Amino acid sequence: MCNLALFLQEQGNIMNGVEGFMYPNEVGLQWSVLIVLYPFITGLVAGAFILASLERVFHVEAVKPTYRLALLTALSFLIVAPLPLQLHLGHPERSPEMYFTPHSTSAMAMFGYVYLWYLMAVLVFEIWLDYRRDIVLLSRSSKGLLRLIYKVMTLGSDNISPRSLHIDDKVGWIVTLIGIPSAFLLHGYVGFIFGSIKANPWWSSPLMPVVFIFSAMVSGIAGVMLIYMAVTKLRKQPIDIRCVDTIAMYLFYIFIIDFSLEMLDLIHRIYEADESFRSLNFMVHTKLYFSHIVVQIILGTVTPLVLLFITQVVKLPEQVRKRMYVASGCLALIGIFAMRWNVVIGGQLFSKSFLGYTTYKMALVTREGSIVAVALSILPLFILWALVKLLPPWINDHTSQAAAGD
Amino acid sequence: MNLSRRHFLVLMPAAAIAWKSVLAGTPEQAENYKLSDHWWGMLIDVPKCIGCGNCVRACAAENDVPEGYFRTWVERYHVSDENMTNPEVISPDGGKDGFPVAKEDAEKYFFVPKMCNHCADSPCTQVCPVGATFVSPDGVVLIDQKYCLGCAYCVQACPYGCRYIHPEKKVADKCTLCYHRITKGLTTACAENCPTGARQLVDLKNPKDPIHEFLKTHSVQVLKPQMATGAKAFYNGLDGSVR
Repeated sequence: MCNLALFLQEQGNIMNGVEGFMYPNEVGLQWSVLIVLYPFITGLVAGAFILASLERVFHVEAVKPTYRLALLTALSFLIVAPLPLQLHLGHPERSPEMYFTPHSTSAMAMFGYVYLWYLMAVLVFEIWLDYRRDIVLLSRSSKGLLRLIYKVMTLGSDNISPRSLHIDDKVGWIVTLIGIPSAFLLHGYVGFIFGSIKANPWWSSPLMPVVFIFSAMVSGIAGVMLIYMAVTKLRKQPIDIRCVDTIAMYLFYIFIIDFSLEMLDLIHRIYEADESFRSLNFMVHTKLYFSHIVVQIILGTVTPLVLLFITQVVKLPEQVRKRMYVASGCLALIGIFAMRWNVVIGGQLFSKSFLGYTTYKMALVTREGSIVAVALSILPLFILWALVKLLPPWINDHTSQAAAGD
Repeated sequence: MNLSRRHFLVLMPAAAIAWKSVLAGTPEQAENYKLSDHWWGMLIDVPKCIGCGNCVRACAAENDVPEGYFRTWVERYHVSDENMTNPEVISPDGGKDGFPVAKEDAEKYFFVPKMCNHCADSPCTQVCPVGATFVSPDGVVLIDQKYCLGCAYCVQACPYGCRYIHPEKKVADKCTLCYHRITKGLTTACAENCPTGARQLVDLKNPKDPIHEFLKTHSVQVLKPQMATGAKAFYNGLDGSVR
């Protein structure tokens, strides 16, 4: 009888994907792939904005061709950022309570405010200031519904005199200046959500917000670089190699900082080897081996770093450099996604008793399934396409002519 | 009612325990209940637990706990001499139906009932984005399920694995210390159904509660003291290997 009970328990554990002992409520994961997407998307937002600020605040003229595209990319991803959270909530209809009755001690309660601040006070405002002249000109040159849309977008401010544009520029500069710490706040805060959970040793680290910020910059810069190269190719325009060289250089240096911080965290854990170490070490060598060691570290970090290093120290033909940048950018994005995966999913695979492990079973068509995750990952690109159509980031001949005639 | 001498002798010890319980628990009517007069906790006497699963079943029945989730559960530890820090732990279906017979060896086996620790500085309360989970003035960590978003941040923050998202209600759920009972002067379902008295509801603000004497005279611990949560599930005879 006892053998039968033990046998049934073992069979149950195998069916649930449990090894060793999990507290009974821990077997199923609470946070799914959608919560992996959330920091990945906000990271792209923060990183894209930081890239835009390079030109605006730090006067890195070489990256100018990507300035507006970076802002629009940030906006497209920021619009989608709350969706995975909403879809994950048991009661999404109650989410406005976070605005109306936020709990002051909760890191998560600040989400709504940080999000709104970043969306409205920083990103939308900066884009509006930067595009105001274009919007006014487009409202004059367009017809029908489009004209009405542009008219509304001017918000009644159609003065595009040099003095007025000068004020726009000054205010825009200040907004970008405020935007840099805001971008850090947005993503550092996401890192804090995980880093402040003392119950979970995989997450609990004061380095977590800093690692999140730098990994955000890596993903955002890589993302905008790839989007710029793809869009330019689609427009059959020449890629500004000086621009991508500069972006790749920044990507390389920020990637080194990001990797160093992650290694510091890892070395610290290994050397300190506290009570959770044996459990976490086992997890990294088994359940997380592929996503952590193979995808995140080898494929997604070391490989792009080596490629970028080569482009920095060896004089390569332009075409080769471009291909290496594309490869590094794609691998960096895969690596950062794997990092988010390993943080969010990895942090739930082991028991807080440190005596067992569970398995994440990703559903396909449920509300938190992989199809929804893929759709949410692609959605920002469609939004970006619409935004680019509405607000072309490059100098438009049409508007230039209109400006000349003005 | 005819009571034979034999029945009388059998019932005497039970009546004595019941009377002691009545005196200790100071039953009150709901209308007389004052929040500020109480500070609830639970005493868990590990050596007394026999792993029968009565508490788990009683809790599930009393609180309509969904299948596969647990407001309370019992773990069986098997600690070998060679590997004291890495015990073998089982809790088949939360220990609801008891445990398989242990191997006949000389090693250490014992049962550990688990439940919400009703922490005074509870991490779950700290992280709730809307304050749907809170510590009541009488020291019980509760959830307003009409307000909970179901974000599961509290589940992540609980170091003891006591919370879960209710599969039907889609909100956080956990032990309420049978709040609907204790505010009426009753004890919790798990404590009431424990045949050995391994679980006892305690009121730290009640000077007559035997917990005060017990804490003075026994080595009592809380789970994971390094978490500094102000846990109020006090364990007597807790082995160092328990997680």
